[in-house]
Amino acid sequence: MSNTTPADPVGAPVATPLRRPSSDGAAKGAAKRAKRMKSLRGGALNAVALVLAVFFVFPVYWMLSTSLKPASEVLTETPTLLFTPTFEHYGTATGVDMFWTYVRNSLTVTIGAVLLALVVALAAGFAIVRMRFRGRKGLLLAVMMAQLAPWEVMVIVMYLIARDARMLNSIGFLTVIYFVMVLPFTIWTLRGFIAAVPRELEEAAMIDGCNRAQSFFRVVFPLLAPGLMSTSLFGFITAWNEFAMVLVLNKDSEAYTLPLWLTRFQSAFGNDWGATMAASSLFAVPVLLLFLVLQRRAVGGLTSGAVKG
Amino acid sequence: MTVHARGVAPTAGGPVEDAPRDTGEAGGVLPPGDPAPRSTARGERDGRPRSSGWLPYALIAPAAVSLLVLLGYPLVRNALLSFQRLGRIEMISRATVWTGFDNYTELLGDEAFWTVVVRTFVFTAVNVVLIMGLGTLVGLLLNALGKKMRLVLSLALVMAWAMPVVASATVFRWLFDTQFGVVNWAMRTLGFAGYEQHNWFETGFSTLTIVTLMIVWASVPFVALNLYAGLTTIGGELYEAARVDGASNGRIFRSVVFPILKPFFLITTFLEIIWVFKAFAQIVALNNGGPDRGSETLPVFAYIEGMAQMNFGVAAAASVLTILILLVAMSFYFRLILKQEEEQ
Repeated sequence: MSNTTPADPVGAPVATPLRRPSSDGAAKGAAKRAKRMKSLRGGALNAVALVLAVFFVFPVYWMLSTSLKPASEVLTETPTLLFTPTFEHYGTATGVDMFWTYVRNSLTVTIGAVLLALVVALAAGFAIVRMRFRGRKGLLLAVMMAQLAPWEVMVIVMYLIARDARMLNSIGFLTVIYFVMVLPFTIWTLRGFIAAVPRELEEAAMIDGCNRAQSFFRVVFPLLAPGLMSTSLFGFITAWNEFAMVLVLNKDSEAYTLPLWLTRFQSAFGNDWGATMAASSLFAVPVLLLFLVLQRRAVGGLTSGAVKG
Repeated sequence: MTVHARGVAPTAGGPVEDAPRDTGEAGGVLPPGDPAPRSTARGERDGRPRSSGWLPYALIAPAAVSLLVLLGYPLVRNALLSFQRLGRIEMISRATVWTGFDNYTELLGDEAFWTVVVRTFVFTAVNVVLIMGLGTLVGLLLNALGKKMRLVLSLALVMAWAMPVVASATVFRWLFDTQFGVVNWAMRTLGFAGYEQHNWFETGFSTLTIVTLMIVWASVPFVALNLYAGLTTIGGELYEAARVDGASNGRIFRSVVFPILKPFFLITTFLEIIWVFKAFAQIVALNNGGPDRGSETLPVFAYIEGMAQMNFGVAAAASVLTILILLVAMSFYFRLILKQEEEQ
C-alpha cells in the first residue's frame, strides 16, 4: 500500500509540438502560438493543482491551526486566519486524567504488535522464499487472503471470544490481535525484500565458514534493514490507527488507546474544539511525520542498489 | 532438476512491486540435519532436495498457528454463532441455544435490513466511482505538472492519505460543526441561504454525504500517487509515437495509458470496493451510524445490532452475510492478482 515516491522527479513526458511548418514566417508564428498555448495550458494546470493541494491539505491545516488558536478565537462565527499561536489547548488535552496511560497503551500495542509481527514474519518469509516444502503455495494464498481479512466485520465475535477468555480490557490481548492484523502484510512485504537479497551472498558467507543461521544474521539481515523499516512503518500505522477492535473490546477507560480516547474526548469536551483539535494533532502528527520522513527512504532503500555490490 | 527459478509472486500494490524475483528459490536448501553445511553449500545446485525436512515447518509454524487461532477460529466461531440464539438472557446464562436458520430468516425478512443492504451498495458504488474517477484525473495531472507544482500537490496528497481515520473524523466534525464550523461560514460567505446553524448531521443521508467526502478525500491520494508511479514507467517514446500519429490527449489515455495500466485500474478498483464496503471507523467515529441508525452500512449494522441491541446471533448472521459479499469482491481481486503473477 505504499508504492509511491511523492517527490520523485522522474521526467514526465511533455507534449512537444512536432509539426514542422514549411515557411519561416509561419514557423515563427506557429512556434509562438504553440508556446503561448503551452504556457497557458501549464498555467491552468498549475491553478487546478493549487486548488487541489489546498483542498487536500485543508483539513490537516485546519486541525493544526485550530489547536494553536487562543480559546477566544476558536469559537467565532467568522474564522480568524491570523492569530498568535498558543499551546494552551495542548495543556488541556495532555492534562486530562490518564492521558499518559493512553499514550503508553497505544505505544505498547503498536510496538508490541509490530515487533512480534516482524520476528514471526521474518521466519515465515525466509522459509517461503528460500525453502521448498509441502503447503508452501497454500500458505502463500492464505497470507494473501488474510491481508484483506474483514476485521471490522468480526468485532462481535471477537468480543464474545474475549469475553469467554476473560480478556476484555486487556492490553495484551489487543496487542496479539493487532499482531495478527499486521502479520499477513508483513510476511507478504518481507518476502519481496528477502527475495531481493541475492542468494549468492548467503552462499559466499557459508563458504567463508558461516553456518546457515550466521549467514542469515550477518549477511541477509543487515541488507533487509530498509525493508524491515518500511514494513514496520505500515504495521505501526495500522495498529496506531486501529479503532474497531479497541472500541468493542476495551470499555474500561484504563484500557483505552489514543484513537478511542480521541472519540471519547470529543464527546466529553463538547464544544472545546481547541482542545479537541489539540488532541487530534497529538494523535495524528506522529503518523504524518512518519509518513513523510520514512516513505521515500523506505521505497528508495530497495531500489538504490544496496545489494548490487 | 534444473536451476530454473520458480519465480516468486510479485507483491501487487506493495512497496516492493518489482523486487528482483529471479533470486528467490533459485538455489536449493540444506538437507535436513546436515552436519556440515559448508561442504554442501555449492553442490546443492545440482542435487537440490525436494523438501527441506522439518526446518521450514518450524519457521512457518508461529505465523500459521497465529493466523489459524486468531483469524481462522474467529471466522468459524462467527459462522457457528449465526446459527445460535444469543441475546441478553443467553449471555448471562451462558447457554448455547441452536436455532438453525432463524437469525437469517429474521434478517432477510426485515425491511430495515434490506434498507441497510441497498444503502451499503449505493454508498460503495458512489464512493468507488468518485475515488477512481478523481484519483485518475489527479494522477494524470501529477504527470503533466512541472516539478515544483508536482511536489506541492504530492505533499498535500500524502498529508490527506496519512491522516488517521479517527483524527479525520474528529476534524470533519469540527469543519461541519453546526455553530462554528468553517463550512457553514464558507456557505454563508458564498451567499447560500439557510446555512445559519445548519446541522450537517441531521439526516442519515447528509451524514453519509460527509462520510463520502471524507473517504474520497482520504482515498484519492492512494489512487493518484500510485497511478502517477505507474505512469512514470511508461516510456516517453510511446507518447511521442502516439502524438506523431496524431492522437489527442483523450485518445492517448484510451489507447496507450489505459491498456498498459489496465491491471492497475482493475486491481485498485476492487481494492477500493473492498475497503469502502467494510468502512467502519469513518461511520462510527463520525456519527455512530446515526442519527436514528440512518447512516448504518452493513458492518456498522452488525456492530450496533450486537453491542447496542444485544442480538449477538443476528449480528453474527449479518456479519456472515457481509463477509460472503466481500468474498465475491475478493475472489475477483485475487483472480486478478494471480493472473498478473502468471503473466510476469
